[in-house]
Amino acid sequence: MIEKTVYLDNAAATRMDERVLEAMTPYLFETYPVATSEFGYSLGIEAREALEGAREELAYHIGASGEEFIFTSGSTESSNLALKGVALALGEKKGRHIIVSAIEDFPVLHSARALEKQGFSVTYLGVDSEGLIDPEKLRDAITDKTILVSIQHANQEIGTVQDIETIGRICGKSGVLFHTDATHTFTRMPLDSKKVKVDLITVSPHTIHGPKGIGGLYIRKGTPIAKWMDGGFQEFNLRAGLENIPGAIGFAKAVDLVTPEENERIKVMRDHLIDRVSAEVPDTTLNGHRSKRTPQNANITFHFVEGESITLHLDMRGFAVSTGSACFSRSLEASHVILGIGGDHERAHGSIRFTFGRYNTMEDVDAVVDAITEVVSQLREISPLARK
Amino acid sequence: MTFPYSDKVLEHFRHPRNVGKIENPDGNAMEGSPACGDMVGVHIKVDPKTKRITDIKFESYGCASNIATGSIITELAKGKTIEEAKKISWKEASEALGGLPPIKAHCSVLAVEGLRSAIQNYEERHGLVKDQKPTTVEVVRGRLKKVMNPLSGLDLVRTELVKDITVDKGTVHITVDIPADHQFASNIKDEIMEKIGPLWDVKKVEVVFTE
Repeated sequence: MIEKTVYLDNAAATRMDERVLEAMTPYLFETYPVATSEFGYSLGIEAREALEGAREELAYHIGASGEEFIFTSGSTESSNLALKGVALALGEKKGRHIIVSAIEDFPVLHSARALEKQGFSVTYLGVDSEGLIDPEKLRDAITDKTILVSIQHANQEIGTVQDIETIGRICGKSGVLFHTDATHTFTRMPLDSKKVKVDLITVSPHTIHGPKGIGGLYIRKGTPIAKWMDGGFQEFNLRAGLENIPGAIGFAKAVDLVTPEENERIKVMRDHLIDRVSAEVPDTTLNGHRSKRTPQNANITFHFVEGESITLHLDMRGFAVSTGSACFSRSLEASHVILGIGGDHERAHGSIRFTFGRYNTMEDVDAVVDAITEVVSQLREISPLARK
Repeated sequence: MTFPYSDKVLEHFRHPRNVGKIENPDGNAMEGSPACGDMVGVHIKVDPKTKRITDIKFESYGCASNIATGSIITELAKGKTIEEAKKISWKEASEALGGLPPIKAHCSVLAVEGLRSAIQNYEERHGLVKDQKPTTVEVVRGRLKKVMNPLSGLDLVRTELVKDITVDKGTVHITVDIPADHQFASNIKDEIMEKIGPLWDVKKVEVVFTE
C-alpha cells in the first residue's frame, strides 16, 4: 500500500483532531461515571456538569438554549427521531402527511419510507438541475394534513445549499414543523435558530474532525415530539440510554476548533479543484450549484468513464475519493441524488465526489487533479463512448 | 487489508491488453449500455481459411472487473478457432483472472457475451450460420432482451417497452412503447437495428414508436 493517503472523503468521515481526543480522555479514565443527579456522588455530579456544559456550548452554536439540544448516537438517529418522533406525536392528532426532498440522505429518506409503510403519505419534492427545491412547489404541496417538512440544509453528495430561511418561513406560515439535516453544514456554514424558523436540526461531529458515535438534535422549545427509544429518563426524557459523555465533550471540542479561517481555506481548495478540472479536463460537468454549495464539496462527472474504475486507479495512487456510480455502492444502485437532479445513469456512474477537511493542503488538490487527469484520459482511451 | 480483487485482476485493470478498435473488422459487437453502467465492445479479424481469430481488440466503459475480463478474453481468444473461442466461458475467464467478486459477475459476464456476439456477427455476415432456423417472433424477442432501456438499465422486454413484433417474409416490424421524440428513441432504434439486422433471413427491420 501507499504510505500516505490523500484523504478527500471528508463528507463520509474525518480524521479526529488530536485536541478532541485530549479533551475526551479525562472522561474515559477519570470522570467516567454516569451523569448523576445533583444528589449523587461527586464524580457523577462532575460528569453531569461536563455533559450539561457541552450541551450548552453546542446549543449556543445554533442560537439555542441547552434544553433545546439532545444528544443521540449520530445523524442517523437524530433524523430518525425527528421524523418518527413528530409522526408519533402528531399522526393521530393532526394528520399523516410528510414532505421531504427527493435528494435527502438515507436517514431522512428511509425514515419517510418507513412511515409510508405505517400509513403516512409522503411527498418527495423534486429538485432542479442544480439540486434546489422550488419554494413555490413546497407551498403547493402543504395541506392541512401536513405535519412535517424535512429538507436538508445541504446535500451530502453535491453540496447544494437550500434556502432554508424561505423554507422555514413557508412552514411557519402554514403551521407545519420544519426539520433540516445540517450534517454537512454545521459549523461550516452559518445556521441560527433565532434567524431561521426551523424546529428540528440534525447535527453531527463526524464531518468536522470530531468523534463518531455521537450526534445531536436541536428541538425548538414546545415542539411536539414523542420518545421512541425507551429506557431511562435521559435527555429530557426524549432519548433513553447511558449518556456518551466523552463523545459529547469531543463533539463540543470539535465544534470549538472550526474557525471561519479554516472554512475559507477549505473553500479556496474546493474552488481551485473545480477551476483546474474545468479548465484542464474536457467533457466534465460540475454537479450541484456553483455558488450555493458547501465550502468542502466538489462533485464532478467525468463523462464516458465509470466511477469505480476512477476511484480504484486513484486508490492505487494513494487518493481516497468517492463516486455516485452503482458499481461502487453496496447496493449496486446509482446515486439517487444525481438522478434526482435530472442526470442520467451515465452522469451518475462517472461522478466523483471530493470533500475537503482540516488536514488537506493545496498540494493535495494539485496532486489529485494531476492524477485524475491522467486516469480519466487513460480510461477514455479504452471507452467506446469517448470522443477520440 | 483484504482487497476484493486479485492481483491478476488489478494487473489487467492497470494494463489492459488488446485495447481499441480494428479497422474493417470481420465481426464486432457491443454489449451492455451506458444506463447499466457497463459496456464492452469486441472486434475480431478471422482468417477465412483456418477460421482462427488472428486479431482481437476490446473497448470498455465500466468498472475494474469489466475492464479486466475484457482484457483477459482477448488473450484467451487470440489464435483460437471461432468454434474454440465460442466455448470460452465466464468461469474460464474468471479463473484465468484468479477469481472475481460474485457481486461483479454481471459486469464481467458482458465481456464473454461480447466475444460470443462478435463471433456470431462474423458468422452472420459471412453466411456461416449452420442450422439456419427461420427468424420467428420468439427469436426477435430473445434478441431484444439484449437491448437496454436506458431509463431503467434493464432490457426492453423486461421493462415491457416492446409492444408488438411481427415477422413477415423477411421484414421484421417492431413497435416500441415510447414517443418518437423521446430522448432515447434514436439510441434504442439503432440498437435494435444492430441486433436484428444481421439475422440471416432478415431483409428489412422497421422500428416504429407509439405516438
